[in-house]
Amino acid sequence: MASLVLPVSGIAVSAEQLLDKPMDVAYKKKLADIALNAAKAKGATYADVRIGRYLNQFLTTREANVDNIVNRESAGIGVRVIANGTWGFASTSNMTPDSIAKAAEQAVAVAMANSKFQDTPVVLAPVKGTGEVSWQTPIKKNAMEVPIQEKVELLLSANDAAMENGANYITSVLFLVNEQKYFASTEGSYIDQDVHRLWAPFFATAVGKSGFKQRNGLGNPVGMGYEYLDGKKEDKIIISGANVGYKNSYDIVEDAAAAGQQLQTKLKARSVEPGKYDLVLDPAHLMLTIHESVGHPLELDRVLGYEANYAGTSFATLDKWRSGKFQYGSEIVNLFADKTQEYSLGNVAYDDEGVKTKEWDLVKDGILVNYQATRDQVHMIDQKESHGCCYSQSWADVQFQRMPNVSLKPNEQDISAEDVIKDVEDGIYIAGRGSYSIDQQRYNFQFGGQLFYEIKDGKIVDQIEDVAYQSNTQEFWNSCVKTAGKSDYRLGGSFFDGKGQPPQVSAVSHGCATTRFNNVNVINTARNV
Amino acid sequence: MTMITQETAKKLLTKVLSFSQADECECNLNGRTAGNIRYARNAVSTAGEESDVVLTVQSTFGKRTGTASINEFDDASLEKVVKRSEQLAKFAPENQEYVPVFGKQKYLETPSYAPSTASVTPEDRATAAGASIMPSKKSKMVSSGFLEEEVTFSAIMNNKGLFAYNAATNVDFSVTVRTEDGKGSGWASQDVTDVKQLDTGKVSQIAIQKAGGSVDAKEMEPGKYTVILEPAASVQLLQNMARNFSQRTADEGRSFLSNKLDEGEEGPTNKLGQKMFDERVNIYSDPQHPEVPTAPFGQDGYPRKRVDWIKGGVVTNMPNSPYWAKKTGMPYIPFGGNIIMAGGDESLEDMIQNTRRGVLVTRLWYIRALDPQTLLYTGLTRDGTFYIENGKIKYPIKNFRFNESPIVMLNNIESLGKPVRIDGNMIPPMKIRDFTFSSLSDAV
Repeated sequence: MASLVLPVSGIAVSAEQLLDKPMDVAYKKKLADIALNAAKAKGATYADVRIGRYLNQFLTTREANVDNIVNRESAGIGVRVIANGTWGFASTSNMTPDSIAKAAEQAVAVAMANSKFQDTPVVLAPVKGTGEVSWQTPIKKNAMEVPIQEKVELLLSANDAAMENGANYITSVLFLVNEQKYFASTEGSYIDQDVHRLWAPFFATAVGKSGFKQRNGLGNPVGMGYEYLDGKKEDKIIISGANVGYKNSYDIVEDAAAAGQQLQTKLKARSVEPGKYDLVLDPAHLMLTIHESVGHPLELDRVLGYEANYAGTSFATLDKWRSGKFQYGSEIVNLFADKTQEYSLGNVAYDDEGVKTKEWDLVKDGILVNYQATRDQVHMIDQKESHGCCYSQSWADVQFQRMPNVSLKPNEQDISAEDVIKDVEDGIYIAGRGSYSIDQQRYNFQFGGQLFYEIKDGKIVDQIEDVAYQSNTQEFWNSCVKTAGKSDYRLGGSFFDGKGQPPQVSAVSHGCATTRFNNVNVINTARNV
Repeated sequence: MTMITQETAKKLLTKVLSFSQADECECNLNGRTAGNIRYARNAVSTAGEESDVVLTVQSTFGKRTGTASINEFDDASLEKVVKRSEQLAKFAPENQEYVPVFGKQKYLETPSYAPSTASVTPEDRATAAGASIMPSKKSKMVSSGFLEEEVTFSAIMNNKGLFAYNAATNVDFSVTVRTEDGKGSGWASQDVTDVKQLDTGKVSQIAIQKAGGSVDAKEMEPGKYTVILEPAASVQLLQNMARNFSQRTADEGRSFLSNKLDEGEEGPTNKLGQKMFDERVNIYSDPQHPEVPTAPFGQDGYPRKRVDWIKGGVVTNMPNSPYWAKKTGMPYIPFGGNIIMAGGDESLEDMIQNTRRGVLVTRLWYIRALDPQTLLYTGLTRDGTFYIENGKIKYPIKNFRFNESPIVMLNNIESLGKPVRIDGNMIPPMKIRDFTFSSLSDAV
């Protein structure tokens, strides 16, 4: 067992010792101008440059042991150009003026070489240059500045709590990300942004006579500082008979203790009887269903075929959108996109091509009304303004269309999760993200979870196991009958969402309240081999 | 970036070590220069070149370890990263599982580097993409593909005498061809060490043929079917199984390689030496395999050699860590750099001809674990699923979701074809009976 007080001494590592200060903005502007001028001199009609310094800190613990503490720093510059109506990109980690100019020239050479296969030139939606602006994630406590031993102690305390309550094994991790990124374009934008994200997942296991069970943490990845781990009382939502949900702060120790107890129940729990059930999905679970069945199919690049060779295309085709009548979900389903929600992973002031971020509707009263698009795409859906969905995982990779936050609007009446559960006669309540799989056009999906509870006559009764639901996106969202109100609204998220070739990760949040779906097909995932 | 040679790497890492004051210091220098071209809707969509070198320094005082990395190489930066790792180490708690770094090692020669791959230009990539786009356009189809070549090197040095260096090249190409009406879709891929072996035109013809052949797919009832899994369809299931082969999780009772506890038994045991699969299943890793060579060492500098994981259906070796090996009195066996599964002589075409009724699966998509105890996975077929009757492809069928375990798959073998390279592995096409499809998908 890990003791709650660590056997370490010494002063805290200060931010200055651990991480140097960001590069001076005036210097970044100078470097950016070198790239922009070099690109223009070689014939680029447009160029943008991203100077990035990406800092990560990962702490991994296992039971009473600290496996590793890793600090990563990566700095470099990526130049994207349009020449002969075609995109070109090059990047370098060598930030001398010569090397930067060479990267810009290389980007133009790539564009020129590829333009022979370009039938229609790239068209960019207009963006007004911003001049020199800056933005920072509104964090209260920079997690990078929190002493290592404090972070380690928190993780080991969580491990300890899980082990004392029934887990045999636990791995807990703290991921910290800080993107210091500077964007400049030939249109007169110079944007300096300092973006912070954090995630503290854990993975607990209990071994019994007949096998083993796993339970992962219910905390969410967030666009916040270390204050997310304060675990404030007012951020807890208690579902009686089941679990605790977390809003804008997370008590990892409490959740780990609950995981230990729930694992012991899982080992003895009854296996689900397959069939049709009314499902009540908690936000830490439903967020991933939104991500897979709404977020991805409404990415315009997928709809148009740009992702056909990898992530796939989409069932939500342009003709369905143009009809203005495509019933994506029931009339209580309102799904919106944004990159502006406080505490969300997608929260920034400008995207990675200098577009001011905003909020817009994707599905209104159940009808498909819009997509997610970048500057070079919106003209294809007859719109004049980019949605601000451009992102790149680093200075080394080219930016492209990535999912903004996509969220389900809560009920206008502020009803609770328990108000949603109370009308269900025979159903299953599912919490936490589990196994998830969906086809390449986003029709057929199968999702599991972390915790499953039988609902009988409006009350949560027994914990059950081996649950997954299989459905079709449109059918599923049309079976949505009730959602809780804003007091129950919570942000979940995906910290490492993959897309593109070469693959890139991005982080995105999904907000929703506890929601009910009727008559969904549930399968049993246990199997003898 | 110009490629960092063995000599330059040695000089640089010697300098890095000179800044170290730790009991143990190990440095990994990894570099990558890559070029890519991506196309969709029969036109180039993005293309680029990237290069980066990352230095990772791991410092240890007693049992306290810290790791830091950086991609800047002036003397001040080198010293900074060493000091940063030392600071992290000093404030880290003791790692009770710490095992000292390795001393000097001997390595096998592996043919992992092809000079021609290192000289690909943007024009070469555009030409290769053109050889895929043009025939698609001509066939009135829509092509989307991705080609990337990379030159990588890795060097490791520590203050206990270890130095390792390896350079490698790799080329990945894949293409999806869809009919203009979106009713048919076909996919094919090729990955090679030497770019001279790449033929994007030939590969694209397979995708074009599959796209045309998959239009107007018929519905078949979900259920258990005899399937022919092309290597691209089974490779991910095998990779997932390989990732779950760890001795430690098996010893801890939380793996498909753990024995279930009998009444009265105290601690879990693993299945080493047990026959779990059909006797025709032979799976191994080999850094010197001529078609899928890898670096002759892993991240910790320990030498890689040929290791049999499954021999004659029996679990023969399980990868572990130096700590777990020592604790359990086993030899240290690191995870392999490739998966090589032995097969037979039949080609895919021969296997189709020898099938009375079955389903041909081009590839699987979105594979996710359902139960780690049984290695049950779910996912879907994609880009070319066909019904075979009396030795011929009869008609295209709608895609299925499967819920199946590679353990079942490797027990239900009807026949194995000739292995081919896929994602850096050698995998045979497999004919498998009773493969479980659980539902239908409308996706094309």
